[in-house]
Amino acid sequence: MGARQFFDRIEPNFEKGGKWEKFFPLYEMVESFLYTPKTVTKAAPHARSFVDMKRIMTYVVLATIPCILIGLWNTGFQANQAIASGLEPTGWRAGIAGIFGYNPANPLANFFHGLMYFLPIYITTLVVGGIWEVLFATIRRHEVNEGFLVTSMLYTLILPATTPLWQVALGISFGVVLGKEVFGGTGKNFLNPALTGRAFLYFAYPASMSGDSVWVPVDGFSGATALAISARDGVQALAGEGISWWGSFFGTIQGCLGETSTFAALLGMAFLLATRIANWRLIVGCLAGTIGFSLLLNIIGSDTNPMFGMPFWWHIVLGGYAFGLAFMVTEPVSASHTNMGRYIYGALIGVMVVMIRVINPAFPEGMMLAILFANIFAPLIDHFVVQANIRRRAKRHV
Amino acid sequence: MPQVKREMLIDPLVDNNPITLQVLGICSALAVTSSLQVSLVMAIAVTFVTAFSNLFISLLRNQIPSSIRIIVQMVIIASLVILVDQVLKAFAYEISKTLSVFVGLIITNCIVMGRAEAFAMKNPPLPSFIDGIGNGMGYGLILLLVGFIRELFGSGSLFGITVLPTVNNGGWYVPNGMLLLPPSAFFVIGLIIWAFRTWKPQQVEKREFTIQTAEAH
Repeated sequence: MGARQFFDRIEPNFEKGGKWEKFFPLYEMVESFLYTPKTVTKAAPHARSFVDMKRIMTYVVLATIPCILIGLWNTGFQANQAIASGLEPTGWRAGIAGIFGYNPANPLANFFHGLMYFLPIYITTLVVGGIWEVLFATIRRHEVNEGFLVTSMLYTLILPATTPLWQVALGISFGVVLGKEVFGGTGKNFLNPALTGRAFLYFAYPASMSGDSVWVPVDGFSGATALAISARDGVQALAGEGISWWGSFFGTIQGCLGETSTFAALLGMAFLLATRIANWRLIVGCLAGTIGFSLLLNIIGSDTNPMFGMPFWWHIVLGGYAFGLAFMVTEPVSASHTNMGRYIYGALIGVMVVMIRVINPAFPEGMMLAILFANIFAPLIDHFVVQANIRRRAKRHV
Repeated sequence: MPQVKREMLIDPLVDNNPITLQVLGICSALAVTSSLQVSLVMAIAVTFVTAFSNLFISLLRNQIPSSIRIIVQMVIIASLVILVDQVLKAFAYEISKTLSVFVGLIITNCIVMGRAEAFAMKNPPLPSFIDGIGNGMGYGLILLLVGFIRELFGSGSLFGITVLPTVNNGGWYVPNGMLLLPPSAFFVIGLIIWAFRTWKPQQVEKREFTIQTAEAH
């Protein structure tokens, strides 16, 4: 236990009156990252549980591992496929990725090539976001906690592989500062910080966040995404482009770094449900909203807009739906907090996704905007649920 | 009273700014600030209307019956706004087209009505006039700040002159498209308010409630 002794020895320096008093949050961050936090609840209620914030946040990071692995492979796979079809690998990454070759049939080469894009984005996110976190923690005297690891991981996984690193840095700065810290830090953010950062990039730099050439990190590659194809020619056209339902389910289509695979997102979701971090009501509400609204649109039909005919099982495997459902809809802080409210909140997202994808021609994908939209309404939904409950109970005791 | 008059002019710039402290006139501040030139014209127009509506309302303040004072104020303000609108159409037609409905909407700008109601109805003409100029300048200051940030980072230019050459024109700067959308002014104004209240902590409102700490360290 050399490290423990080391921490115990230097701790007095960081406490009140010590010479590094200002840097206490920094010390606290490293210490509570390695060991269990020492603080215990002293005031009532004296509920005891081993599930503290550290464990919740760590579990969410663990739950993203399938998405990371499949995402790494798929990013490399898409890139290597583009190279195999005749494009030239360019840039500094290509030199390093060339160690394992560019054979799309070689999983190791795919994986390594994907890593070349994932790592720079992830490290930039950690460093820039981390600086903001520590800055605010030092000035506002609160703690830096593992919540940032979740935000940075989710943020990385929902970016296109070709995002320039300075945009990554700007986006995470916006997400951490305006999405979280101005409202008081972890637990007080009413928006999802990762999505706030991505939404900023989406509106500020649309050319590098949407379109046909940003998803596969090879110069000169251009190919419409599955949602763009179906918005143009209907869902039947997907087969002609070589996109099958099972392919979309396992995530071998182009898309953001880690959100293409519905299968991986389901694995993560199962883990979050089993550990009771995700609330199943949110997921049920969201799925019900999507299925109900897309069935309604199927019945209405449209001669000019082929998206009206997209069945719900396609909605669920395309774009960021599954990833958003597993990790963003279920985020406990920005979601509704009452059980009834959770169904409504979920359904609102489910309906809005389909509405944005189908009816709004400007946005092919709607998961990010739908979740942010519902985030804003979550406190209002809770308010009405609580008021209804008060009225119902008041009637019972006249 | 030269001292009092100077304060009237300076006070609304930072200490009692109509946008950042009273949060009035936000609508036009969101809509017209995507370029510095338009912001400047709007700032001048609002300053003109506020100053002269204050002056005329103050001159008439003892004759205006209290029961119809809002109508009288509106007539004066509306006449001034029509004057501004016609001058803009005659001498700055392009800018007038960009500003479109927002020149007419100066009538509904809370700053103009607010100063007429709160100041001009109770004070002599000269202080009222100076108060109008001060508040118009306070509004204009924020408009120019927001316009500066939005035009510089949104299109890489200031007053239409290229400062940061953009990628589309062969330069290096990638313009931030969000700053050209009106909602971005919310973020910019919010950040300006944050900066002002950090600089002048007495502007910070009292907390409505405090969060109870459950932990005792």
